[in-house]
Amino acid sequence: MPLTLPEINLYPLLPALLPAATAILIMLADVLLPLKNKNWLALLALLGLGAAAYFSLVLFGANASAFNQSIVADNFALGISLVILFTGAVTILLSLDFLAARGLDLGEYLALLMGAVSGMILMALANDLIVMFLGLELLSLPLYVLSAFWRTNERSLEAGMKYFLLGAFSSAFFLYGIALLYGATATTNLESIHAAVSAPAFAAYPLFLMGAGLLLVGFGFKVGLVPFQWWIPDVYVGAPTPLTAFMSVATKAAAFAAFFRAFMVAIPTDVFDWRLIMALIAVVSMTVGNVAALTQTNLKRMLAYSSIANAGYILVALVAGGAAGLSSALFYLAAYAVMNLGAFGGLIALGQGAQERLTLDELAGAAQTKPWAAAALAISLLSLAGFPPFAGFVAKFFVFGAAVNAGYVWLAIIGVLNSLVAVYYYLHPIVKMYMNPPAEGWVAAPARTPLALGLAVVVVVLFTIALGLFPSEVLHFAQAAMVK
Amino acid sequence: MPIISLLLLFPIAAALVTALLPKNNARLIKGWALVAVAVEFGLAVYLLANFAPNTSQMQFVEYQPWIPQVGIGYHVGVDGLSFWLVMLTTFLMLISIPASFSQINTRLKEYVIFFLLLEAAMLGVFVALDVFLFYVFWEFSLIPMALIIGIWGHERRVYAAVKFVLFTMSGSLLMLVAILVLYFSTGARTFDLLELQKMITPATLQPWLFAAFALAFAIKVPMFPLHTWLPDAHVQAPTAGSIILAGVLLKLGAYGFIRYCLTLFPDASQQFAPVMITLAIIGIIFGAMVAAIQKDLKSLVAYSSVSHMGFIILGIFAFSQQAMSGAILQMVNHGLSTGALFLFVGLLYERRHTRLIADFGGLHKTIPVLSIFLLIVMFASTSVPGLNGFAGEFLILLGAWEANPLYTVFAATGMILSAIYLLWAYQRVMQGPLTNEKNKNLPDLNRRELALTLALVALIVLIGVMPNLFLNPMQASIAALLNPSNVAGLIK
Repeated sequence: MPLTLPEINLYPLLPALLPAATAILIMLADVLLPLKNKNWLALLALLGLGAAAYFSLVLFGANASAFNQSIVADNFALGISLVILFTGAVTILLSLDFLAARGLDLGEYLALLMGAVSGMILMALANDLIVMFLGLELLSLPLYVLSAFWRTNERSLEAGMKYFLLGAFSSAFFLYGIALLYGATATTNLESIHAAVSAPAFAAYPLFLMGAGLLLVGFGFKVGLVPFQWWIPDVYVGAPTPLTAFMSVATKAAAFAAFFRAFMVAIPTDVFDWRLIMALIAVVSMTVGNVAALTQTNLKRMLAYSSIANAGYILVALVAGGAAGLSSALFYLAAYAVMNLGAFGGLIALGQGAQERLTLDELAGAAQTKPWAAAALAISLLSLAGFPPFAGFVAKFFVFGAAVNAGYVWLAIIGVLNSLVAVYYYLHPIVKMYMNPPAEGWVAAPARTPLALGLAVVVVVLFTIALGLFPSEVLHFAQAAMVK
Repeated sequence: MPIISLLLLFPIAAALVTALLPKNNARLIKGWALVAVAVEFGLAVYLLANFAPNTSQMQFVEYQPWIPQVGIGYHVGVDGLSFWLVMLTTFLMLISIPASFSQINTRLKEYVIFFLLLEAAMLGVFVALDVFLFYVFWEFSLIPMALIIGIWGHERRVYAAVKFVLFTMSGSLLMLVAILVLYFSTGARTFDLLELQKMITPATLQPWLFAAFALAFAIKVPMFPLHTWLPDAHVQAPTAGSIILAGVLLKLGAYGFIRYCLTLFPDASQQFAPVMITLAIIGIIFGAMVAAIQKDLKSLVAYSSVSHMGFIILGIFAFSQQAMSGAILQMVNHGLSTGALFLFVGLLYERRHTRLIADFGGLHKTIPVLSIFLLIVMFASTSVPGLNGFAGEFLILLGAWEANPLYTVFAATGMILSAIYLLWAYQRVMQGPLTNEKNKNLPDLNRRELALTLALVALIVLIGVMPNLFLNPMQASIAALLNPSNVAGLIK
């Protein structure tokens, strides 16, 4: 019997390959070139991201696939990869002066970051559980290292260690889930799994159910859903702030992309109706995240709990399902990216040199000493709280709209009541910054905000406003993003 | 000329310009702020000059697709229901900005920015003809107002600001779900208000949707028993904040009832009318009684708002041409007279740094001009004939009598009570012996303050003497609202 090899077509894989290639180039350039100013490496990284974004746009609408359908560059995957690439670029700009002020090496950081970006995009493109796992590991390993990147800081080391141990566990769950699904259906391709379980003679139902459940655990860990959220607050607080911004946004986008694809494509609701379970997880995540965030005094920790709540909102879109659910999820992830990056960016810009301004007490009166950075943080928080005319409002509107359309009015009501709780803690830093007198030790004339940082913050805040005022274009893009 | 877009965009543009002005040049910022609100008022006057009074049609309509995929459009226009509220908003802004000049000494630039953004948001609520657009303006108006209260307010300003936001949002978020349910239930796949009004909302859904909308509006109005945020917000806000809060923001709720509840859920509105009217009457009497026992002049005026807004709700849910005319006129009246009352409380506070009634007494000897104008405004608020309050409340009571004489009997006691609490307060503040040393050397109104006072009092008298001038332009729209099937016959 002749062995037929699948046709090798790397073209649809370019959005993931280019960042990986950039990572290698950066590593080599860092060692081999006698660079006085390492910011050139950042430029190289940005160019790599730009090229990947260019090919994502070129591939858009083509519905290309490669490696025997295990890579699918459909519009949803490409939309997600654009979000990830944008987040990566903004993260680089946020990181430059942050790292310099703390004496951390830029070269290694960038190489690891590019590796993580590559893994995330691979995960979004994956149409096969094994490829998904490859993406998951490729994104996780650099992130474990990056979390501990500030190696003289105990918090950072703790974050890296914790993330690594728990992450390894969740990867094992994920892999075990894949094994069980393979055992039940004899395939790892998502469409083939769907075909196998929908067949009338399908007998391995318990095995399939356990596999799907373990898959859910793996995804739940990566996106930070309750009850798999325990690592999030400590890791988010300990990791260097620009990296926290990156993880909170890009990891979520990548893992949710795979999560949506795995469940919407492979696991038909008429064989196993997972919607109610998901709805309950969404409710619990929203509630736990928001209620726990209420009492936080450290903004990074508060935003960590807020990211748990936001994972809950996005899961509502999965429950709603269909084209509306998918496009609203993509829009939500894009909106969440710009507003969360804006919040972390504003927070970094409020700091001074190596000194960070993270607690509510330190933020007091910041609007008077650094009005523009404070305004950026305030706008991003208002957007997260769901105030119009910012991106977060429109995103919530679409997600809850999809839920109502699918008949989940109760879920939408719980969702909006949760946003009410959230308003309280998002307002807290704004109240402190605008309505309280300046905090001790911060009154002196602050240094100018570094150019790259300022640029990044201005761009994401403008996007936060633009997505709120003119969502039509992005929505158009999102609606074209259908999983087959 | 896209006059309404100009009305909405000019304050935003002016706010952006303000952001670029030098922080320490107070004169420049004040001058620019005054020019901005004056130009905005000028635009509104242009609207007044070109408004056709005899039609129920929307005028100055502009339409642009906004999010066409889901049927959301930038659709704006005014008719007889919203027209005077647009005028009121721009006029009160013109009063509020100069009224702040002596009180606001810190962070003037931000103050002006927030006021201009607030103006755009409030106008947006009145002119929006798309439910989504309306909601955007409705929610956005919260942010600048909360910041104004929280930054420039009195002692418990932060508490009041946060309470204000949370209260209002708890209502409006449920309205958001109701908007979505409405959108999917009619099958029209549009958020356009005029399109939605042509659909008939399913009868089983109407009570639920009405309740969700009504909750948001009732909190804003505020109706008893949802009024508890109001005394805090009003008392803690700076003078101009109180003027706008009482003058315009409360009207957003009443306007919402007319524009959304009555037109989108007509059956449920009829069904719920007795409940709404009962709560309104409780509000009228309760607000007046609580106002009477206040020691703080500003909270007295705040509770009087609860009482007066009750009249407006009564007028809306009496479903008669007269009562509805009275309700809309009374929205304008309340904006003017309560705005003026807050202005005077603010002027007294600037002079004495207290709002406690007990700290005053015999002031008419030291500040006779202020005291005489305060008396006029209090008369307006107690509905003395010849001043604006009478025209509005009398029409409401007349219309309510047709619906049920009992309504009028109970509501009229509110008028008596208002005479009691206002005149008693006047007596304690202005009359009697001048005992407190600190009260003996107070300056009377200066030219700026006199100009503001005269502008308000002139309008109060004008509406009182010639109410028809203000009532006529709204008649056609009210007729169309109350009897949509018989529009043609009612318009002469």
